[in-house]
Amino acid sequence: MSVTTHSGGSILGHPVKRTEDRELITGAGVYTGNMPVEGALHAFFVRSPIAHGTLGDIDVDEAKGMPGVVAVYTAADLELNDRPGLPGVVPETMNRPLLAKGKVRHVGDIVAIVVAETASEAIDAAETVFPDIEPLPAVTDIEAAMADDAPLLFEGTESNMVAGAGTGEVEGIFDDADVVVKAKFHNQKLAGVPMEPNAVVVEPGENGKLTFWASTQTPHGLRDQMAGDLGVDGEDVRVIAPRVGGGFGPKAFAYSEYSIIARAAQKLGRPVRWNETRSENMLSMVHGRAQVQWVELGVKNDGTFVGLRATAVGDAGAYPAIGAVLPSLTQLLAQGVYDLPAIDFTWKAVATNTTTVGAYRGAGRPEATQLLERIIDMAADEIGMDPLEIRRKNYLQPEQYPLTTLTGANYDTAEHEKAADAAKEAAGYDALLAEQKRRRESGDRIALGIGVGSYVEVTAPLGLDGEYGSAQAHPDGTFTVMAGTSAHGQGHETAFCQLASSVLGVPMEKIKLVQSDTELVRSGAGTLGSRSLQTGGTAIHNASQELVAEAREIAAHLLEAAVEDIDHSDDGFGVRGIGDKVITWAQIAQAAEDGSGYEDGRGHEMRQELDFKAGDSTFPFGTHIAVVEVDLDTGFVKQRRHVAVDDCGIILNPMLVAGQQHGGIAQGISQALYERVTYDEDGNPTSGNLASYTIPTAADLPSFEVSNTETTTPLNPIGAKGIGESGTIGSTPAVHNAVIDAVSHLGIHHIDMPLTPETVWRAIHGANGSDPATRQQAGPEYAGKAITEDTPDSAQA
Amino acid sequence: MSDKQRITVTVNDQEHDLLVEPRTLALDLLRDELRLTGTHAGCEQGVCGACTILVDGKITRACLMFAVQLDGCSVETVESLGSPDGTMHPIQRAFSENHGLQCGFCTPGMLMVTQELLRREPRPDAETARAAIAGNHCRCTGYQHIVASVCAAGRAMSEAEHQHVDRQDVEHQGARA
Repeated sequence: MSVTTHSGGSILGHPVKRTEDRELITGAGVYTGNMPVEGALHAFFVRSPIAHGTLGDIDVDEAKGMPGVVAVYTAADLELNDRPGLPGVVPETMNRPLLAKGKVRHVGDIVAIVVAETASEAIDAAETVFPDIEPLPAVTDIEAAMADDAPLLFEGTESNMVAGAGTGEVEGIFDDADVVVKAKFHNQKLAGVPMEPNAVVVEPGENGKLTFWASTQTPHGLRDQMAGDLGVDGEDVRVIAPRVGGGFGPKAFAYSEYSIIARAAQKLGRPVRWNETRSENMLSMVHGRAQVQWVELGVKNDGTFVGLRATAVGDAGAYPAIGAVLPSLTQLLAQGVYDLPAIDFTWKAVATNTTTVGAYRGAGRPEATQLLERIIDMAADEIGMDPLEIRRKNYLQPEQYPLTTLTGANYDTAEHEKAADAAKEAAGYDALLAEQKRRRESGDRIALGIGVGSYVEVTAPLGLDGEYGSAQAHPDGTFTVMAGTSAHGQGHETAFCQLASSVLGVPMEKIKLVQSDTELVRSGAGTLGSRSLQTGGTAIHNASQELVAEAREIAAHLLEAAVEDIDHSDDGFGVRGIGDKVITWAQIAQAAEDGSGYEDGRGHEMRQELDFKAGDSTFPFGTHIAVVEVDLDTGFVKQRRHVAVDDCGIILNPMLVAGQQHGGIAQGISQALYERVTYDEDGNPTSGNLASYTIPTAADLPSFEVSNTETTTPLNPIGAKGIGESGTIGSTPAVHNAVIDAVSHLGIHHIDMPLTPETVWRAIHGANGSDPATRQQAGPEYAGKAITEDTPDSAQA
Repeated sequence: MSDKQRITVTVNDQEHDLLVEPRTLALDLLRDELRLTGTHAGCEQGVCGACTILVDGKITRACLMFAVQLDGCSVETVESLGSPDGTMHPIQRAFSENHGLQCGFCTPGMLMVTQELLRREPRPDAETARAAIAGNHCRCTGYQHIVASVCAAGRAMSEAEHQHVDRQDVEHQGARA
């Protein structure tokens, strides 16, 4: 597509169409699965069908003789280092053997790899491999894994606890409270489900060099992990991420399949490829969320918050890694957008016989928002206050910023009331309340619910606030910019070229973004944690500015003028006040390369590169309001509206921002209403494909009403904060609260997610006390504490 | 495995005479044999719709069909859209102009569903568009911009059709005059 020439600066803030689209809408996009690599073999993995067991002999004899089979390897055949989960956090006793050794710890644990000439031959042979596994008791539930008599996943440990910390106890935290509401929330395990599962091709080259094409969010991180697993030098590993079919966090993880395939490729001296199937993906790709939370909020009768006490225990899965510290991000965001006087927070992580937990869109922050926003609604209900009003009463005020929260987050900037007021007005909040009242009075069986979620989140978190970037001018008048971020659908090619275009004063189509290749891009932290524009974008922005500065100097030399007299315009560089002579970028780049542009006459390519470091994370915020209808006879929830006001600082491309909001909201709604990873009592996954793990379709979702407030941040020159995860974080509590609001007049104060028709129906029937058995299933733990107090017959239940 | 079977199949207006294994999926035939890799595998069980193609004009999951079943059929894949000179199909243009894609993995399936929809329902409203794409999963967009793209494509194609008819009318009248 073509973009009209814009003068410097004017392109910022415009919905510039994506330059990525053409190849993706013509079917020409090269994803890892169709990356043509000559002579590549195909791999398939033999996985444990048992959640927890002792691994005996693995019979591979038949497989080795099958047609097309080149090799079958088990742990004994491949020298692979056990991988530390997270050095300094996860105990070494919990290191991960990349191929199972001695034990299997979750369904899907890798027992063997089969390599064959075709994928079909590899699958045929894999079916004949028989691992002898003696089952052990499995534990898939967080609380069960913490119990004294819990089966232990790892030898040399005394419990399944992986990590934990807290703020320390706060004496008399609720002394000034009129009411203390208590609840226990399950923040259910979710699967990321990028539409493209994992995929990799590894090609061994000369002198031990390995080239990976991988569906990853973090090429440099993957390179380093592969080097560690394989015991090779990082310089000998090249990782290229071609088009990547979605990531959402899980593709920031370096999969053990990749290391195993690399070792196989090394041994066989041939390229090996693997396209993960969806059923493998649901077992192997890291899951997200998975917390149990015990929460208490003390409030005064006028709605003033007094203190929050909470414990969040996260499921780290079978091989604890980054998931072991995600509950610490829950603690970091525990104060939310509120002026809370005291917080007593404890977090822990525990290993279970389930798929390993990692980052999934939000990663620790949605759990914080969910925890706060649910308990606040319960408090509002308890003291009879409007949910939006209790929030407004406690919002941190703009003049309090910047501030360090009680749990150590350095909030940069925010205007919470502004976002909340915008959401309230867009939703027509008062009219909705009136409509709800009318329906209740008329006994309408389709109940209306209105839910609010105010959030703050941290973007470029965990020290990910720095990034590499470069800008280069070529003698043919084109430019190359690079960043260490790695797009997988976000539109960085468009956004970053838009930025560079505005600084360089040249049309976007003259600029090419190079990313996602560790050999071409010096370093990078990848794309995760909503960090890319504010770090990688800023690095390109700043490198482009330095390139302009260099161009001015060259122009001054060529025009025999002072640098400060050089004007930069869309036409090029000229001397101020002397309009007739202008030197183009192409001429300047040529002069740089041939040396004529410099005093010393020594030519070199015209290129600026730098490492931008923001110094801290940024904190986007906003308010969402959801409107739902709940059929009181079936429990079916239909979301009618979703209003989102998200503040991600200064907006570069509103079209891309809206796209991120929409996608994020869809995933957030889906946690509230649809998705949950489940296991049976033996640890067998019961949500292992897309028929049983239900992500929403277009028919399930409403049209979203998204808008933005723009509060700048001083942490980068663009004034941008992240937008990738805001939608997910703000929407879940808004929808959850809306559903509870719809049925709150029945005495229901909480139902755990996902709010499926069955779950809601059980809560309604339980709360009405119509069926003791259902009542038992619904509460009190499940349906919230208020039921036991408010429902007359609950004592018998 | 068992003996290969001979099939004749027309793919994007090109006829192919092929020998295929009975168990080869239509999806793998397209991707691996014919190198038409725009059709994607997302779930291998007919849920996600990433592999959607049109077989004799009907929406079909390429992952749920064997290649031998295509014998004598006419297949359209995403590669059939647009002109060889690089001109984009109005559906493709609408998806690009309305930000109807992000990672692009579900996009070929969405485009083919839209193609089928607009042939029978040239001017769908948002609700019709939502229903039509409800068999296809997208994890990036939340569907809103896809729905807008489908509707916009319908409008653009209908208007182009009207202009074409108008032009014919003018030419017709001109010939008479």
